[in-house]
Amino acid sequence: MSSDLVIDVSGLSKSFGGRKVVDDFAIQVPRGQVWGFLGPNGSGKTTTIRMLCGLLVPDSGTGTCLGYDIRTGSEMIKRNVGYMTQKFSFYEDLSIRENLDFVARVYEMPDRRQAVDQAIARLGLTKRETQLAGQLSGGWKQRLALAACILHKPKLLLLDEPTAGVDPQARRDFWDEIHQLAAQGLTVLVSTHYMDEAERCDRIVYLAYGTVLARGTVPEVLAASNLHTWIVTGDDVRTLSHDLQAVPGITQVSVFGTTLHVSGTDAAALEMAITPFRQRAGFAWMASAPSLEDVFIHLMAPYREQTNGKH
Amino acid sequence: MANISGARIVAVFLKEIVQMRRDSVTFAMILWIPVMQLILFGLAINSDPKHLPTALNIQDPSVFSRRIVQAFENTGYFSIDAITSSETEADAMLQSGKVAFVISIPPGFARKLLRGDTPQLLIDADASDPAAAANAMAAASLIPSSTFARDLPGGGKTASATKPLFEIVVHRRYNPEGISSYNIVPGLIGVILTMTMVLITALAVTREFERGTMENLMAMPLQPAEVMAGKILPYIIVGYVQVTIVLVAALVLFDVPMLGSYFDLSVGLAIFIAANLSVGFTISTVARNQLQAMQMTIFFFLPSILLSGFMFPFRGMPTWAQWIGEVLPNTHFMRIVRGIMLKGSGLVDLFGDVWPLLAFMLAAIMIALMRYRRTLD
Repeated sequence: MSSDLVIDVSGLSKSFGGRKVVDDFAIQVPRGQVWGFLGPNGSGKTTTIRMLCGLLVPDSGTGTCLGYDIRTGSEMIKRNVGYMTQKFSFYEDLSIRENLDFVARVYEMPDRRQAVDQAIARLGLTKRETQLAGQLSGGWKQRLALAACILHKPKLLLLDEPTAGVDPQARRDFWDEIHQLAAQGLTVLVSTHYMDEAERCDRIVYLAYGTVLARGTVPEVLAASNLHTWIVTGDDVRTLSHDLQAVPGITQVSVFGTTLHVSGTDAAALEMAITPFRQRAGFAWMASAPSLEDVFIHLMAPYREQTNGKH
Repeated sequence: MANISGARIVAVFLKEIVQMRRDSVTFAMILWIPVMQLILFGLAINSDPKHLPTALNIQDPSVFSRRIVQAFENTGYFSIDAITSSETEADAMLQSGKVAFVISIPPGFARKLLRGDTPQLLIDADASDPAAAANAMAAASLIPSSTFARDLPGGGKTASATKPLFEIVVHRRYNPEGISSYNIVPGLIGVILTMTMVLITALAVTREFERGTMENLMAMPLQPAEVMAGKILPYIIVGYVQVTIVLVAALVLFDVPMLGSYFDLSVGLAIFIAANLSVGFTISTVARNQLQAMQMTIFFFLPSILLSGFMFPFRGMPTWAQWIGEVLPNTHFMRIVRGIMLKGSGLVDLFGDVWPLLAFMLAAIMIALMRYRRTLD
């Protein structure tokens, strides 16, 4: 085992009912880093995370998680991993303290009471510790779940869309905490749909239909996409957007309020294509690096037919 | 005022039909439960049991013994399964429930009969289930006037005109007054425990799946046996509380006797409760939601009350139904609890019902543990 790789797996595949959900997946995550898992719904993010923590047995592939074989070492992996499920999966009919106490007992923590006290204090919930978890708001539930996942001092955190449906302030607090944990040496793998969260990761892995479409640091992913983007600002970008559709050289056009992102894979062809439109009054054009979202939508373009056909 | 739209009713109607068909377990239960009730009530249950096992205790061997056996068997209610000349042996058979009656031919029976002295024939009946014994007793009372008429000198005419050739003396044992609550109240312990114990645990694991907490539980270092034991133990306590309530009511309100030992009863209870909880646990590993779990519980509960001898005499059922009954834990518990409370039997006397209960419990625990999923696959 290479001691600095917390996750080291390759060739992971998993099918459900004949449909391949994860196909030949490989990843090497070094200690103390925060990795982001991105991809559309149904791309295999949750399945991959579940295989890493022993909740699912891969059809094929091998690897280690925290140095333990993912096939045979799931008991040890479970002891050292904190896994936060997509849906709140603690007990809504138990109080905050009772939930944490249950977790501490399951992990047979020697200084249980103290650990629970500290976790509650860290959450700032000392006065509300007897409140039922089911009565907490979405943001607080996520914080409670995170506190419960790190209670047994895991070495690896697997977070499955931890901030879905949480307000921006709570999301920011959540991420600040994740970076603090990473600074203490914890390795974090987090799946998300939010681009701003992706940008806070050391590395990102973009998954679609079970295969990795892009990986690396954010600048690396942007550069590797070969995508060129112009940002247009103006009052009536909607009409302009409509006119730019299906113009050769332009692969995608998206409206962001009063701005428009116009992208293409060939810089020269893109510039040629937009030249006639730059004559129009009331718009300011500016060449720019593509945003992460532009890149992901671009990556998904070949699959779009498939997506539409699926539903 | 809002109009009622036929089209909207159709929309909801069609949606319900599709959903009902998609939930195949519920759909199957909707069809199977009435079929099962029909079979159980219609075919299996017979409140007029015949061919009841009977021991013959012969203290006076004679040519008449054969006639007597025949006369009893001809009524259709008695089946002479054992012949002995030892009173203790006959008693033990009655005590353990192996036989329902002991017919004793007392010493000097033949001599008195021939002399026209009207000897007595003794029947000891297990009246702990009064309904089961009643018709057989009625049939037995007709025997003296119809037997031996042809065998005795003078056709027995002289005697039979005025009085029967011999008398039948019936001892109703264990429940001499034939009070039905003596039989039903102890039985209720088994029925109540079956219903609540199975249902509570059937929901226990299903609820974790339904609320999404199972994924978390699986991600933690918990062994299946740990989850099972942790979930079952609290309900064993609940079971004992229920039993205490029923028992107090039985003794105080219904004056049901408690002849056996409380220790024996609580050992029997522990096995029975654990067996039921394991059944519930198995159900909860099969059912996908709480509704299915409840339906499966009813599916188990119905035969447990109908085929266990609780509502209807066990010996009145056809053989196939008795086989099913013999598998159910409630059948054996019913005999154990009635044996201990009404007959004062001990667990050793009742071993024939203790071991099937133990075997059932072990099998149910094994199946539950094997069915329990460690992963989400």
